[in-house]
Amino acid sequence: MEYFLQQLINGLTLGSIYGLIAIGYTMVYGIIGMINFAHGDVFMVGSVVAFIVVLMLGLTGGSGPFLIILALALVVLIAMVIAATYNWTIERLAYRPLRGSFRLAPLISAIGMSIVLQEFVRLAQEARPKPIQRLVSGGYELMHKQVGEQDFAVTLTNMQILIIVSTLVLMTIFTLIIQRTSLGRAQRACEQDTKMASLLGINVDRTISITFILGAVLAAFAGLLFFLYYTETDFFVGFAAGIKAFTAAVLGGIGSIPGAMMGGMLIGLIEVMWSAYFSVEYKDVAAFTILVLVLIFMPQGLLGKPEVEKV
Amino acid sequence: MSAPIKSSSGGGEAKVLSSAEIARDLVFTGIITALILTPIVAIRTQLDQGSLTWHPRFGLALSLAGIVVAARLLFHVLVWNPRAKAALEPDTEASRPVVAKGPSLADRLGPKVGPILLVLAILLPFFFIAIGHSSGLFPGWDRRGIDFAITVLLYIMLGWGLNVVVGLAGLLDLGYVAFYAVGAYTYALMATRYLPQWFGPGILPYAFFISVPIAAFLASMWGMVLGFPVLRLKGDYLAIVTLAFGEIIYQVLQNFSRFTEGPRGIGVPKATFFGIPFDKSDSGFASLFHLEYNRIQYFTFLYFVILILALVTFLVTRKLRRLPIGRAWEALREDEIACRSLGINTTTTKLTAFAIGAAFGGMAGSFFAVRQEFISPESFKYIESAFILAIVVLGGLGSQIGIVFSAMVIIGATEMFRELEFLKYVLPEGTEPVQFRMLAVGLAMVLMMRFRPRGFVTKREPTVYLKEKKSVSADLVSQGHG
Repeated sequence: MEYFLQQLINGLTLGSIYGLIAIGYTMVYGIIGMINFAHGDVFMVGSVVAFIVVLMLGLTGGSGPFLIILALALVVLIAMVIAATYNWTIERLAYRPLRGSFRLAPLISAIGMSIVLQEFVRLAQEARPKPIQRLVSGGYELMHKQVGEQDFAVTLTNMQILIIVSTLVLMTIFTLIIQRTSLGRAQRACEQDTKMASLLGINVDRTISITFILGAVLAAFAGLLFFLYYTETDFFVGFAAGIKAFTAAVLGGIGSIPGAMMGGMLIGLIEVMWSAYFSVEYKDVAAFTILVLVLIFMPQGLLGKPEVEKV
Repeated sequence: MSAPIKSSSGGGEAKVLSSAEIARDLVFTGIITALILTPIVAIRTQLDQGSLTWHPRFGLALSLAGIVVAARLLFHVLVWNPRAKAALEPDTEASRPVVAKGPSLADRLGPKVGPILLVLAILLPFFFIAIGHSSGLFPGWDRRGIDFAITVLLYIMLGWGLNVVVGLAGLLDLGYVAFYAVGAYTYALMATRYLPQWFGPGILPYAFFISVPIAAFLASMWGMVLGFPVLRLKGDYLAIVTLAFGEIIYQVLQNFSRFTEGPRGIGVPKATFFGIPFDKSDSGFASLFHLEYNRIQYFTFLYFVILILALVTFLVTRKLRRLPIGRAWEALREDEIACRSLGINTTTTKLTAFAIGAAFGGMAGSFFAVRQEFISPESFKYIESAFILAIVVLGGLGSQIGIVFSAMVIIGATEMFRELEFLKYVLPEGTEPVQFRMLAVGLAMVLMMRFRPRGFVTKREPTVYLKEKKSVSADLVSQGHG
């Protein structure tokens, strides 16, 4: 029971990160009907930028908590701006000119872009993983139990609290943007029917750009959390995290933003539980198998609406 | 599903920009480029003996940004400027023929390209032996030249195999390397473990020739295994599922050590000339054919093996394209709903495409194993699938001859990156030119989709026609958006 509770906490933490990335996939898919294959790599750029800024600021775990929080706010701001610039540029250069081309074209372009981003970061920085000191440490012991000689304690670390709380805050802000502002209204309109939205005077190009920027902002935030949680990052973290986040988006029902968050939590839980109870080596295999199974048995996902194909 | 939207602003606007607007655009480009380059390029982090350090490289970032802005200015002046454009290419739209009138040079040469290439391919190793002989023009080039040619042919074969799935049937497969891995591991495990166990060590010289068909069979079975779940999927979903499938195979190879030896890999025995080994002994290839022993004979043999395998791929695919199944593939690529309405069984059509494409991948994998003499999961990563896909894409999805040229160009360029000394002076300290290979491949994929989405060979030859064969420029053929 204690073991399970601990895994539940770990799973929700990881799930928050996946959920944040998954929103980027789901929004872009909802509006232009393509997988932004490079989204995982935008997440990676966010995490590498966060790492570089943390290193430049000379942050260590020994700095005071107030200083750390202030510095992290700066780091996340920079990472968001940079990642948003990347995603905006990608959309502008690699996807926008291809609208109306044949259906594989944007996807192939996205795959190319994903390779470009990975290689660019690998060449500009080193290929080796970059470790850093744990910045946020400490935590609370929720309960503990004597198992034979060993003392097993269920802990909720400050890092996990930071991840879960900040994800909740960000999600609330984001939901408010989508539901209450004119920007969000335009976004939802384009998602339902782009042609109609443009007839009604919505600047579709601009809305799509903003969608990419919003997705990148969330991904950059996830990038920072990922890097703080695992205390290292490299040019390849976007690949596996990207596929898992995409799985989360599909599982929750592609196009649905609450679905993406829920799917992220589920994937995080499944991955952590699988590692805890079966085998660590096959945790990625488990996540990918779920992707395949979901697509076969319920391609509309948990909260999505079934897609009707018309001629 | 949202309808595709034509972009209202993109490259190549028709309106004339004033110099103030151009200046504003350049400033904007500069800001964006600076944002992109500043953290990643201008700050170099390094890991030295466990401690992280960073040093600024603003010079490099500035010069890169300068290049981007200058390039954009040049484009404004020369390419996007309608007046300059008119001077460069007189009315492009009107002069593009809908139907080619009379045989053009390309049309007359077209049918001859294949045979010419084949003759060249057969003569190539002898050419390399002639010039690379120890007293020849370029000593040492026999080994390197043939090695290079083998690599090119291997990728041509893989490209042709993937072309069946992506180019003909229009199913984007990002896990093709899985079948390649199945083929490679089939030969490796057959030769080192199962064949000697079942038939005794005497079978070993023939292991390769026994394994190739088995590899093809097993790979096509795996192709079906992948094919079944993805029958209902298309486009983007299909791509991501095949990607996941490729990754699953890679992870299993990595972790299922009892069976695959895991990351340690497997040493693989050499192939023989139908039982005759390539060695110095009296029963070796050289003494039986009264030749002087030379290691190059083995490489020449490997070259012809891969040439034959590639030709089999080519001929089978070409034949299939003319059979109903091949036409069903192409119909499926163009429009799946129409296909179903016309009574084509899309299930079998998709499955055969996966199975046949996979079978070629499996054969190529066996060859890869025998050539490397060692395999490990590292050779079967996602990036390899992306690389093969890039070859097919640059060759112009569906064009077989196009794939030959794109494989030559991409792998040739890789070799050039390795060779060119002057690049080392241009590039920053400590970077190898060859490192830029995948960056260039990725960029090429994006640019290709942007400017020549149908490949460099854009002519589409109809396989069925009424009365008269009309070849149509592929740009004019619309493809289904289904």
